[in-house]
Amino acid sequence: MSNGKFGIHGGQYIPETLMNAVIELETAYNQYKDDPAFQAELTTLLNNYANRPSLLYYAERMTRDLGGAKIYLKREDLNHTGAHKINNALGQALLAKKMGKTRLIAETGAGQHGVATATVAAYLGMECDIYMGRVDMERQALNVYRMRLMGARVHGVESGTATLKDACSACFREWTSRIDDTHYLLGSCMGPHPFPTIVRDFQAVISKEIKAQMLEAEGRLPDVVLACVGGGSNAIGTFYNFLEDKDVRLIGCEAAGRGIDTKETAATINTGSLGIFHGMKSYFCQDEYGQIAPVYSISAGLDYPGIGPEHAWLHDIGRAEYVSITDEEAVCAFEYLSRTEGIIPAIESAHAVAQAIKLAPTMGKDKLMVITLSGRGDKDCAAMARYRGENLYDD
Amino acid sequence: MIKIADAFQNGKAFIPFLTCGDPDLATTEKLVCAMAESGADLIELGIPFSDPTAEGPVIQEANERALAKGCTTDDVFALVKRLRTEDGLTIPLVFMTYANVVFHYGSERFLRNAAEAGVQGLILPDVPYEEKGEFDGACTAAGLELISMIAPTSHDRIRMIASEAKGFLYCVSSLGVTGVRSNITTDIAAMIRLVKEASDIPAAVGFGVSTPEQARAMCQSADGVIVGSAIVKLIAQYGTEAVAPVAEYVKAMKDAIR
Repeated sequence: MSNGKFGIHGGQYIPETLMNAVIELETAYNQYKDDPAFQAELTTLLNNYANRPSLLYYAERMTRDLGGAKIYLKREDLNHTGAHKINNALGQALLAKKMGKTRLIAETGAGQHGVATATVAAYLGMECDIYMGRVDMERQALNVYRMRLMGARVHGVESGTATLKDACSACFREWTSRIDDTHYLLGSCMGPHPFPTIVRDFQAVISKEIKAQMLEAEGRLPDVVLACVGGGSNAIGTFYNFLEDKDVRLIGCEAAGRGIDTKETAATINTGSLGIFHGMKSYFCQDEYGQIAPVYSISAGLDYPGIGPEHAWLHDIGRAEYVSITDEEAVCAFEYLSRTEGIIPAIESAHAVAQAIKLAPTMGKDKLMVITLSGRGDKDCAAMARYRGENLYDD
Repeated sequence: MIKIADAFQNGKAFIPFLTCGDPDLATTEKLVCAMAESGADLIELGIPFSDPTAEGPVIQEANERALAKGCTTDDVFALVKRLRTEDGLTIPLVFMTYANVVFHYGSERFLRNAAEAGVQGLILPDVPYEEKGEFDGACTAAGLELISMIAPTSHDRIRMIASEAKGFLYCVSSLGVTGVRSNITTDIAAMIRLVKEASDIPAAVGFGVSTPEQARAMCQSADGVIVGSAIVKLIAQYGTEAVAPVAEYVKAMKDAIR
């Protein structure tokens, strides 16, 4: 990939004010990505601080219950801070520190990336400002508290739909006004080059581990791997080291919200079209005049109108498949995994579990399936109870 | 034939911006005519976009108001057509919008319609030098000029950008997004000097300029000033009654740099 293009996707559609900042970032990244000392430092942090490698867990009860493929869960929910987001946050924060930056800013939807960024900022002694849509701050109040507890300032974003896309826009605006000491720690494999590549590389540890763990457990590669997709960082991390293994089916699970035949959806590949937004060319949910659509999903982390450019390209060339999962299917999967395995998945990850519930029974018992559980679901319990008509808190 | 260069034949250029469709298209039409009569040398017409990432709150809200009123890209083309025919407007006009508005409409179709309506140039704040090729060809084919921007962070990029710039060069005065600033601390004169070493293209300064004093100070070295937020603020305040206060403001600004 040259110039940050994945096929026709990607690129650097940003104001001139930020161009030298992304060029500086790319130069620094190219210097450190092959630097054994940097990689050793990052690996030590991932292992001793973030609890890697994460388990590849054989979900025996779920396998038996569904009666088809043998199911493994890649337990990113067991990472420190409870999601895959810490992998990228540690990598980028370490890079930013090497670049002499003293302040991190980040957008967050469900709050998991904000928590991961606040965590590494506390650990590395950096200043931290998190931008979060007002709607999401209400949906994810616990994560707002966690960020503030660790010393981050959390800024509510009121503009637009007051969700993840507006938090991203707020970060780009903030970065434009303060560049010298600030690194924008983008949380997904999106935005202008080099972010999609950097985030992918830091998340690729997921598939690197799955591959080794699967070979050890089963002596062969899986037949299918599943991950949920919003911007797509846990999915690209899950897919990346399997891209060359053409026999491994890769399935990204988008949020259909109330259904892809309604306007209340966030299924970008299934309902979107080609566009340019947030620094990249990719697929976006938009109207006939290119106005970005006010998307919807029960999952604040998948509630984004676009998808990372590498996913758009993997879709174009047919290397990965992208299916959509409704709110109802995701909530059922959230409840199913909790009941069946005693594991409460993030509502984002539950979208991948929902697809597994559909797919596994159609596969033979000799087939192997891996689902990446991108995060833990404690943060979602109040919202899931509300979805079922139960109010956990008096308010 | 109307050309962007015309704007710089009348002393220092005053370039006002407004968002089309805010508060409604009929008022936009009256505002554009009044600004031209009050001394505007070129007018930037903003085509509203749902997520204008380079704008501060004042222009963000103008975009939201215009879209809430249902203003579309086709409505803006029709507006320009009326300005050129019924209103007999003869100063150059440029569109200011975001890449997706042009790209999703179909860049060639967008630029053909813009040229037919009577627009001379296009500003896309989210398209830097590295990505301009995609739009530049279609602009040239349609007879429009794609305006390039430089920023206080551009440093060694200024020569490269200026040497290929067309129409005029948009010099961003400060870090951050659009909006009124009480203080502009960038060394504008040094920026303009670098531009002039690379090209004889006119250079206009925008972002943060709102007072006659600031405009005069910028025009010590620049060939013109661009004012957006200060005008959009007046429109937000006076709504359909904004024509008189905006005309008065434009006249005061042009007089300050004449």
